Amino acid sequence: MRLFLMIAVMAVVTYLIRMIPFTFFSKKIKSKFFKSFLYYMPYAVLSAMTMPAIFYSTGDMTTAVVGTVVAVVLAYFNAPLIVVAIAAAVSAYIAGLF
Amino acid sequence: MNRIKEFRKGIYHGMPIGLGYLSVSFGFGIMAVKSGLTTLVAALISASNLTSAGQAAGIGIIAAGGTLIEMALVQLTINLRYSLMALSLSQKLDSSFSTRHRLIAAFGITDEIFAVSSGRREKLTPWYMYGMILIAFAGWVSGTVLGASAGELLPASISSALSIMLYGMFIAIIVPPSRKEKGVLAVVAASAVLSVAFRYLIPAVSSGFAVIICSIAASAAGALLFPKEEADDE
Repeated sequence: MRLFLMIAVMAVVTYLIRMIPFTFFSKKIKSKFFKSFLYYMPYAVLSAMTMPAIFYSTGDMTTAVVGTVVAVVLAYFNAPLIVVAIAAAVSAYIAGLF
Repeated sequence: MNRIKEFRKGIYHGMPIGLGYLSVSFGFGIMAVKSGLTTLVAALISASNLTSAGQAAGIGIIAAGGTLIEMALVQLTINLRYSLMALSLSQKLDSSFSTRHRLIAAFGITDEIFAVSSGRREKLTPWYMYGMILIAFAGWVSGTVLGASAGELLPASISSALSIMLYGMFIAIIVPPSRKEKGVLAVVAASAVLSVAFRYLIPAVSSGFAVIICSIAASAAGALLFPKEEADDE
């Protein structure tokens, strides 16, 4: 029951965030600070979620570090999302064989 | 007639999104099963949320036995960007976009749907957005189910390697713009350093709250030190 309550809270909050501005606002945001803040937010969120959690994601620090390095290098050279994601998993798997 | 045409066009424009989601949500499905959820629950989360980072953080909070308030605050912070996207899209809606249509289509505002919709020159119609959202939704939910079932069936050595996938995607999102923009690089680095500091120096703060504090602090600092000249939200 508690699990479903958690999921409901998650879904409702996420929906309201999208719905309220989409339905009720028609003015543009003017504040440069607020615009920049919202622009940087997704990158900050993803970075905080990835570090250091990624090193614990595979259950073995060594394989996770290998996967992370491969992902960063490929991303640096602009490989597509899916290529980066799969290469991280494959390299972590291969590292786990040794 | 016009509706059908718009709907079809939406589906067509949404196809790359749907395919991309299929593979990304595969990683989410694996992660969900690893943190103790069933395939059905993972699918329910994907169908009711349609967002990657928020869902990944959400299952982390569920697995850690977090509170409802923590869940609400974490979702609010991680998904706050959708407000800006929704705001931006609300400026270019066709007159056929009644309140009822807005209430429905708002559910499907994701990073990718925002990107494609705002790139379109014409005004947005409800049926165009429904087509795009439908195909994205189909990819997202079916990928979750496939990933979760794979997570239940595959040997541990493979499924644990696959659970790095979603993080790999996050890296693919943050690294290229960090390379191009000093501001993004500074924000990403600051957020990562803060997050590592929380984890090892103040482990009492749950990971959900740590993400909130780190990302608000890092983006506020970024907005002060590297304000965007003309935020490209058009």
